[in-house]
Amino acid sequence: MMKKQSIVSIDNLSKQEILSLLEDAAWFEQHPNHKILDGKVIATLFFEPSTRTRLSFETAVNRLGGRIIGFSDPAATSTSKGETLKDTIKMVSNYVDLIVMRHYLEGAAQYATEVTDVPIINAGDGAHQHPSQTMLDLYSIYKTQGRLDDITVTMVGDLKYGRTVHSLLQALSHFRVKFNFVACDELRMPREFITFCKENHIDFTESTDFSEEVINNSDIIYMTRVQRERFADLAEYDRVKDLYTLHNAMLDGSRENVRILHPLPRVNEINVDVDDNPKAYYFQQAKNGLFARQAMICKCLGINPKQNN
Amino acid sequence: MADKKELAVSALRYGTVIDHIPSRSLFKAVRLLGLEDFPTAVTVGNNLPSERLGTKGIIKVADTIFDPAVINRIAIIAPTAVVNVIDDYAVVSKEAVSLPDEIIDLVRCTNPKCVSCHEPMRSRFRVVSREPVTLRCCYCEHEYSGDKIELK
Repeated sequence: MMKKQSIVSIDNLSKQEILSLLEDAAWFEQHPNHKILDGKVIATLFFEPSTRTRLSFETAVNRLGGRIIGFSDPAATSTSKGETLKDTIKMVSNYVDLIVMRHYLEGAAQYATEVTDVPIINAGDGAHQHPSQTMLDLYSIYKTQGRLDDITVTMVGDLKYGRTVHSLLQALSHFRVKFNFVACDELRMPREFITFCKENHIDFTESTDFSEEVINNSDIIYMTRVQRERFADLAEYDRVKDLYTLHNAMLDGSRENVRILHPLPRVNEINVDVDDNPKAYYFQQAKNGLFARQAMICKCLGINPKQNN
Repeated sequence: MADKKELAVSALRYGTVIDHIPSRSLFKAVRLLGLEDFPTAVTVGNNLPSERLGTKGIIKVADTIFDPAVINRIAIIAPTAVVNVIDDYAVVSKEAVSLPDEIIDLVRCTNPKCVSCHEPMRSRFRVVSREPVTLRCCYCEHEYSGDKIELK
């Protein structure tokens, strides 16, 4: 049996572990109902609501034959009576083999790993980390491009606050990837990540212009939402909000293999006229989350799915 | 005459002298070492002339040799500090403080969304740079340096 482990951050995973998880995700896509978790109980503790992520994790467990306990509304638990996170984690640890948790506080999942021996999967801790989102992004890129090396990834929109782009950038730094960062000055990629790129000899460009040239030279276009509340000056928001909206006509000269990704939910940054273009991939991307999460659950439980076939 | 000036604060027969503390960090150093509740003679001087720092602070603690793990705490806010161990009025060792790799429960994370601000738990920081001293919270990963480092 493999060692049990927690996954709190994408940084916890080596390149080899990421590749192995992607292989397992591909395997689960072929065998989504493999009843490998018979007798296992998994907790999904959602201290803040996130229906999309919770349903994906719970579907993953159900399809693997495991059982689920947990809550999706902390108002109905002892947390609302003032119970500490430590006490909740310790209590639940008595019952389960794995805890999937989402929390509004940054670092909550890391802290949980320090108070229990039960492995933890971080399903989002505030604006901090959300490694299963990164794994499904990676799997979507791997699946659509057939590789993670020698590709060009264009990230568009909110590159300042968007944790998904930061985690994806860190994960892809294991591979030979060229990045284009497209954002207005208010939402450009933070300096620490630009420094990270330079230190790791990662090829990148930065621009404010979501240009034809950038689009036509991309293999992946990763769109994110530009949120109104991020702007101190609403006039500035009105000026930039439509500059980073993708319309179908903008893809006319794009590569055949290009795929449009988005962590969802989208508002207006991808026009609905893109939805029927075969290059639109955001709905399949969400589905890939199921397989990526099945792979992560098995890794954390120390189960090799192929050996238990 | 120079010796006489040195002795103006107080001569120490046996104990510890911590020198070259930046003036603005002196009282933080006093707190970090828990000297407010110390039973032996403690002499504190501040804004003394210093070639290296402009002005400096100095702490003398009688009859006490600190554990390195304790004394090195002050490297967080006074990385220039030098620790002299005194025996029979003579300096028997003189060492710069050295910052540990991890700082536990001495510094506060001021990110209001960090779990360490809300749970009854110890704070934990990793030292990511020694010059300038930069600490990263092990929970939310926010980084702090200079005056942004707040003691608990």
